[in-house]
Amino acid sequence: MPARIIEKNTKKFTPVKVDPVTLDIIENALRNARVEMDATLFRTAMSPGIREQGDAFPLIADHKGRMVVGQFGSFIDGFLKAYDGDLEEGDVIWLADPYTCEGAVSHANDWLILMPVFISGRLISWAAMFGHMTDIGGKVPGSLPTDAVSIFEEGIRIPPVKIYKKGEYQKDLVDLVMHQVRMPEWCRSDLNAIIASCRMAERRVHEMCERFGEDVYVSATEELLERNYRAMKQLIHTTVAEEKISFTDYVCDDGMGFGPYKIHCSMWREGDKVILDFEGTDPQSASSINFYLNENMFKMFFGIYMIMVFDPQILFNDGFYPLVDVRIPEGSLLKPKFPAALSCRTHALGRIFDVLGGLLGQRQPEFLNAAGFSSSPHLMFSGFHKNGEWFQLFQIGFGGIPGRPFGDGPDGHSLWPGFTNIPNEFLERYFPLRIERYESTPDSGGAGFFRGGNGITMCYRFLEAGTISIHDDRWFTYPWGVNGGTPGARSQKILERADGTREVLPSKCDRIQVKEGDLLHYITWGGGGWGDPLERDANLVALEVRRGLVSFEGAKRYGVVLTQTGEVDKKATKDMRKDMAAKRGKIKVFDFGPSIEELRKTCEEDTGLPAPVAPVWS
Amino acid sequence: MSYRLGVDVGGTFTDLLIIHDETGETYQAKVPTTPHDPAIAVIEGAKKLCTAHGLKATDIDLFLHGTTIATNTILEGKGCRVGLIVTEGFRQVLQVARAFVPGGLAGWIIWPKPEPLAPLECTVEAPERMGADGKVVRPLDEEALRKNLQALKNEGVEALTVCLMNSYINPAHEKQVAKICAEEFPDLPVSISFEILPEMQEYERTLTTVANSAVRPRVSSYVRNLSKELKDWGMRGKLNLLRSDGGLMSTEKAEQAPVNLLMSGPAGGVAGAVWVAKHAGFNNILTLDMGGTSTDVALIENGQPRLKRETTVSDLTVRVSSLDIRTVGAGGGSIAHVPELTKALRVGPESAGADPGPVAYKQGGTSPTVTDANVVLGNLPEGLLGGKMKLDRTGAQKAVQTIADALGIEVMEAAAGIIDIVNENMFGALRLVSIQQGYDPRDFALMGFGGAGPLHANAIGRLMQSWPVIIPPSPGVLCAYGDATTRMRVETARSFNKQFKDTSDAELADIMDKMGKEVATELAGEGVPKSDQEITFELDIRYQGQAFEVPLAADLSLFKAGKGIKEIARAFNAEHKRLFTFNLDTSLEFVNLRAVALGKPANVSSPEIKKGDGNAARAKIRDHLVYMDGQEREAVIYDRRNLLAGDTIKGPAIITEMDSTTLVLLGHVAKIDSFGNILITPEE
Repeated sequence: MPARIIEKNTKKFTPVKVDPVTLDIIENALRNARVEMDATLFRTAMSPGIREQGDAFPLIADHKGRMVVGQFGSFIDGFLKAYDGDLEEGDVIWLADPYTCEGAVSHANDWLILMPVFISGRLISWAAMFGHMTDIGGKVPGSLPTDAVSIFEEGIRIPPVKIYKKGEYQKDLVDLVMHQVRMPEWCRSDLNAIIASCRMAERRVHEMCERFGEDVYVSATEELLERNYRAMKQLIHTTVAEEKISFTDYVCDDGMGFGPYKIHCSMWREGDKVILDFEGTDPQSASSINFYLNENMFKMFFGIYMIMVFDPQILFNDGFYPLVDVRIPEGSLLKPKFPAALSCRTHALGRIFDVLGGLLGQRQPEFLNAAGFSSSPHLMFSGFHKNGEWFQLFQIGFGGIPGRPFGDGPDGHSLWPGFTNIPNEFLERYFPLRIERYESTPDSGGAGFFRGGNGITMCYRFLEAGTISIHDDRWFTYPWGVNGGTPGARSQKILERADGTREVLPSKCDRIQVKEGDLLHYITWGGGGWGDPLERDANLVALEVRRGLVSFEGAKRYGVVLTQTGEVDKKATKDMRKDMAAKRGKIKVFDFGPSIEELRKTCEEDTGLPAPVAPVWS
Repeated sequence: MSYRLGVDVGGTFTDLLIIHDETGETYQAKVPTTPHDPAIAVIEGAKKLCTAHGLKATDIDLFLHGTTIATNTILEGKGCRVGLIVTEGFRQVLQVARAFVPGGLAGWIIWPKPEPLAPLECTVEAPERMGADGKVVRPLDEEALRKNLQALKNEGVEALTVCLMNSYINPAHEKQVAKICAEEFPDLPVSISFEILPEMQEYERTLTTVANSAVRPRVSSYVRNLSKELKDWGMRGKLNLLRSDGGLMSTEKAEQAPVNLLMSGPAGGVAGAVWVAKHAGFNNILTLDMGGTSTDVALIENGQPRLKRETTVSDLTVRVSSLDIRTVGAGGGSIAHVPELTKALRVGPESAGADPGPVAYKQGGTSPTVTDANVVLGNLPEGLLGGKMKLDRTGAQKAVQTIADALGIEVMEAAAGIIDIVNENMFGALRLVSIQQGYDPRDFALMGFGGAGPLHANAIGRLMQSWPVIIPPSPGVLCAYGDATTRMRVETARSFNKQFKDTSDAELADIMDKMGKEVATELAGEGVPKSDQEITFELDIRYQGQAFEVPLAADLSLFKAGKGIKEIARAFNAEHKRLFTFNLDTSLEFVNLRAVALGKPANVSSPEIKKGDGNAARAKIRDHLVYMDGQEREAVIYDRRNLLAGDTIKGPAIITEMDSTTLVLLGHVAKIDSFGNILITPEE
């Protein structure tokens, strides 16, 4: 049953012609409203995950639920199809269960607020935002249990419910939910902040309707979607061929010893339409790395990538949706069956961006970016202060940005929109730990004409006992390089105990007990390199050695030999480059590093961890 | 005789204004800016202005100066080579920054990452560690530091910066490192983070302190040079510079902490607006300072411009108080274009600037600009006495026609569209300082100034519903007015991170008292006797756990009486509700404390103009046609010099003067007040 919209005023909107200037003004006003949504959220949220790191996503949609501004939509359609109930003025929907909204949110930590915006008795627009909650209860702090085998272990599931019913706040409902989580104060405040942001958007939509008229507003949003449709249609024609191309990448493991899991996508064009087909992707995992991918969400990712890669001028919205057909096999890693666990979907989510990049740039290598959008590495650290108070940290780390046609990949920066790191002084002030090192790892970015960004080495000294969880990937497969660039370095986690013993921690783990004085080396991956490293300016390589971003030895990956004082040894460099060029032969478009089988063979020796076992499905 | 001289150095012109302290009588001059050495225009202009009015150098008691020297140093990438000393393990603090990539999802694909302000090869580590509790974890290894510092000797650094972890809580190591730096590099200025910004967050503190170092040598040499020239000329008065927060500072202070000057230029306009508004009897003002390439907007509430806790110049944002001025890339020179794929009408941010300039200026410009659209519509009439150059209307029309063709509309519609879009961009910026901060723009008047502000202010007043629209006399030199009339200011801040329940009125009163005395002493050192000072306090407060704090004014006497915390909690909840629509049950915490010492406001009166009979006909130049609200309409052009107090003008009308043109729209009325301001309101 789809949702039933109750409107007191049943008069249909009258399509009107909107002059181009008014249209641009409305577009601009909508963009501003979105910026205001973010500003409100960051200023009032409490969990470091949202307030410092920005793990939240706003949108404003038209009355049919199509996103007009935003970037991580559009999930309203999925909700409307699945929601069995009435919706009327004053209602606000709260939901956090992927299975009841066709993957509108992809794990239960993401709390989504959907606010239908009514004016004079009619639904005219939608405002929505979701944000990642630090904790929603369940079997481990942070609610992302690696070893979950069903969603029932992953904390509270919130089906679509009304947090406001005809304008009335449902306090009992909120109290019930807050009772299930470990950090109720943060959740409550973050939820408040999300609602306040949507209210902000609601106010702005009302103002626009007052200023321009409701019919003009509705026709303008229609036209903005249409504008995007036209631009994308042209773009698709010029950049996507009818011939089928495919790309494969992997999630390294499932945290239970199995892996890697294959994500395979093919792309071709039929007339005006692009088909994106995930046939060939591995079946769902028994653990929590499944990613319930909403088809519209993937259209969105595809659209944004097309625009950024080929023409960043285009305003981005849902208008082009009819031009894309996304096919995801049922029961696969990307469309698991209920009640499969979903909490650790971040790795597959990250990896589909590498897959997209690999697909889109394949035919035009000059537009191709290297890999590195691995995932967003998480660290959870929780326990009791000596004074008995509970503390709980959820922190997102960053790696190296891939080498790009545009230039070097920045070191230790975020690939996620709007994310920032948590200031180390803030961490030390509010959590019992000290950061002894926070810098990028030399040589971890793939070599290239444009270097891949270095990953980060962050060293946590724990000042009180507690428990940590880690969620990371790209420890087994490499972030690939392109057009002659080499792969970036893989990730690593090392726990150095206060007594001097060292252990390598798995990339995905929970319930690791740490003691006062233990030191965790949290090392993220580097981005792949772009283009021929032998053609990179040798003086720039020498400068990067002085900067500590590339090591003296690492310069040789560029065929650059330095003198003892750090100058380029011109003769030796020329000879070495000539020699390297002869040995490597013809440059390939992709450099994935060793094959999966070779990686398995050397895994233990290279990484200190046993190789993952190929998953088997009955 | 007691005169003060205000000087504002702009990109194209240097404006000078002499005010007689008692009578308020003014003399003004405009000379071309000398970009290679701005001091030349300042000195020459001052001499010229004094000579023209029979004044001597010794008549000038105060020389007050708004300067863009620090801003331009950053904008042009001409900051000096800065050496940076950080805690071991944090060498890449500026390289990794806050890990933020702008531009949304996939924005990383096209983002050009700026180079760190202190090069990584000039950054060295100090082996030491301070804990978050202010206790030493690892003492400074002086010998190892000296060794590390040797690496800087071959790097040609021109200034040094020290920023160590947790120094905001205990600066002992920073002081120790600074001392060693001074020994190793006796010729280099050293900036210490604790002195520039004693607040939590290592990246922001480092960046702010490095920015201070980066502009320091250039600002110093400018200030020294200017002081010397003024002295040689015979001036005995004091030279003060305008800070980004709208206050004045001494030259000595400016040389130590020039990071406070980054918004000195635009702050002058806002300070000028404050002065004009006070005399005209308006407390709440939105300002619109529109120039050739960009527009600055700000909000003034109860005669006080809103402050913010950061300063942004291009892609550099530092934690230094500045007036909350938002800048949009929308000005007279902004270029209109229609992108191929979307067929949308865009205006700016590309600008034709002063060179080649708009098509109508006939200096080689070919792209249609906002000015060209104004010329096409008739808003900027050709051949006026004020305008130095003859405007090329045919050329402007041709250029705007390209936009009309791309959109499939008439040329007049296209020109009107360009104006609507650029107005909308400015409207967006004004919303940021008003609506987004919880203010209702209908409670504010709008003041338009700068070269192009008076031309657009009426239309923007209509969008904002902010009335009246005020066009001050000589809107082109308002910044110099601001420089000449604002007050001395000294500020100090400190981190005070405690929950309400963990502190007391007495503790806060004690700290505020000390901070108050500190700023009072410092301001006295700048030549303001304590009897002329006003001391104010500000507390940053938030719900425990929030990242952003709300700054609130605090009354020391309330804390002394034991009622301060209660009162500030009430004020916080009210402000939070106004800003964000909700309150929480969570406990409150203090974050930072600030004390500000202000000098006496300038006792300058505003001269009144003669009262007329209400009939503006005496000022009429000629009849004229303008395109407005969909058709050509009859309008009248007036000469502002001949307008008298009480005159009333019905729109559509154009009022011209030397440096600016005011447009009065159809359905609006302009009145001249007794100080010569033009006040525009909708017709009854």
